[in-house]
Amino acid sequence: MIGPRIEQPQLREITEVISEAPGVKTLVIRHSTAYKPGQFFMIWLPGVGEKPFSLSHHFEGEVGITVKERGPFTHALFSLTPGSAIGLRGPYGNGFSVVERSRRACVVAGGIGIVPLAALIDRLQQPLVIYGARSQDLLIFRNRFPEVSFATDDGSEGFHGSAVEAFRSLLDPKATDVVYTCGPEPMMRQVFDICEAHHLPCQAALERYIKCGIGICGQCCCDGYLVCRDGPVFSSSLLRQLSDFGRSARLRDGRVTTIEDYASWRES
Amino acid sequence: MDLSIDLCGIKLPNPTILASGVLGVSRCSLARVASCGAGAVTTKSISLEPRSGHDNPCVVTYEAGMLNAMGYPNPGAEAAREEFAAVDQLPVPVIASAVGTEPEEFAAVAEILTALPFAATEIPVSCPHTPGFGLMGGHASTDAIRRITSLVRDKTKLPLFVKLPAGGPEVVDLAKAARDGGADGITAVNTIGPGMVINIEAARPVLGFKKGGVSGPALRPVAVRCVYDIYEAVDLPIIGVGGITTGRDAIEMMMAGARAVGIGSAVYYRGMDVFSEVCREIRTWMEDHGYESLTEIVGAAHQ
Repeated sequence: MIGPRIEQPQLREITEVISEAPGVKTLVIRHSTAYKPGQFFMIWLPGVGEKPFSLSHHFEGEVGITVKERGPFTHALFSLTPGSAIGLRGPYGNGFSVVERSRRACVVAGGIGIVPLAALIDRLQQPLVIYGARSQDLLIFRNRFPEVSFATDDGSEGFHGSAVEAFRSLLDPKATDVVYTCGPEPMMRQVFDICEAHHLPCQAALERYIKCGIGICGQCCCDGYLVCRDGPVFSSSLLRQLSDFGRSARLRDGRVTTIEDYASWRES
Repeated sequence: MDLSIDLCGIKLPNPTILASGVLGVSRCSLARVASCGAGAVTTKSISLEPRSGHDNPCVVTYEAGMLNAMGYPNPGAEAAREEFAAVDQLPVPVIASAVGTEPEEFAAVAEILTALPFAATEIPVSCPHTPGFGLMGGHASTDAIRRITSLVRDKTKLPLFVKLPAGGPEVVDLAKAARDGGADGITAVNTIGPGMVINIEAARPVLGFKKGGVSGPALRPVAVRCVYDIYEAVDLPIIGVGGITTGRDAIEMMMAGARAVGIGSAVYYRGMDVFSEVCREIRTWMEDHGYESLTEIVGAAHQ
């Protein structure tokens, strides 16, 4: 009756490695699982460590994680080739909530935040997708979505400016009934604030430093909520309560820092 | 039915306590656990300096319980001063867990935390998986426990609990050493071990630290026996911890002699609402079996 699940990584084979952009690769893994977009797996590299990743692809018998190289762990992930083994436990967290509605969903992605949203877009009916990156060469999954508006900071593709600015100019509040977002947290905060101004429900996938992944260690707390168990997707009613959202986060030792300093630590 | 208890002068609305190391990173998290029905909550253990803890994976579960090797990640005593400045605004008492490598560090941390509005202090001398601390720091001998406890005693007026390791018959001597050092109560027990889980396909231990403390149902009979032995040997209130997941488990631990019960791993098994659920189960059981007060239950197995 209580806790029949065993939280141990299962070793699975990598079947394909796809280079998506400079410093971004997709690892395709042979694995069957139930999955809601926005949920995450703890990915284990024996002897290296374990980190959370959401799926970019979820097919019958196969899943994909799309990874941006930044620290020692992702560096080790990048050295893997087809035939290599990788450990997975999960899926964890709540995932995006997809409801059949009469109007259109809007998806706002920033940078590598496109990853969990890509798996979500696969399940949405003709969403409006707004996807921003620093420059054209960093846009991934370019041909995957039926309708997408790109935004680049340097203007090398699509809208010249941030995803938030593109969202502000493209959003038709009357034709939209939900906004999904994932990306740098200050961006998500702005997207949420715009949604609030238009009384539009928003779902944002947050990121914090995750240790246990199963809601027991408390390290990923955002106010009183756990990103690993209560999230990582938070909807408007909770986002309104989160004073940390877009402002502060915790380092590995639990010290609080600004969201900007947290982001630079995570990039290192 | 009233489940409130008195623990060294601290009033708890019910006997369930969030065990140290679980969720207690922030004041907000503790407030959330309080709102889920805990009678008291304990912070993660605070050391003098910030600590990042062990590498992931830091937790793994198996058929009969859980292993963790967190390695005392915490923001350090200075940051804790800010984080927990207003813990008295929580609806339930908050226990500060102070830890160190040297006895003097325990005392220094306890001194800093005592200035905050905590209800009690707890010092773990029993972590099985962190170099320099607990079992790996030589803290779990009678001499070390007496010395650490008395140094901390000098620095805090708060009720002081010493968290002991799960052990054999010697656990009684450890409890006496804590009493002799000036402890007001005993928390028994910490995780047992360390243990190890190996992923056989990878031919590697799963945990980043390889070894970790074992908690959950596997620990419960050992914890119950430790509490039973300590209750007979030492006249101090006991917080019984180890594998308590249901109201029946809590009653068993209280019959062994615990006045209150710590809950940790069960937060994973049943979510944060485990506290209110365990209380509800305790009440139902007591009604069904003709008990009117928890005082009839504490130590009832000693006949």
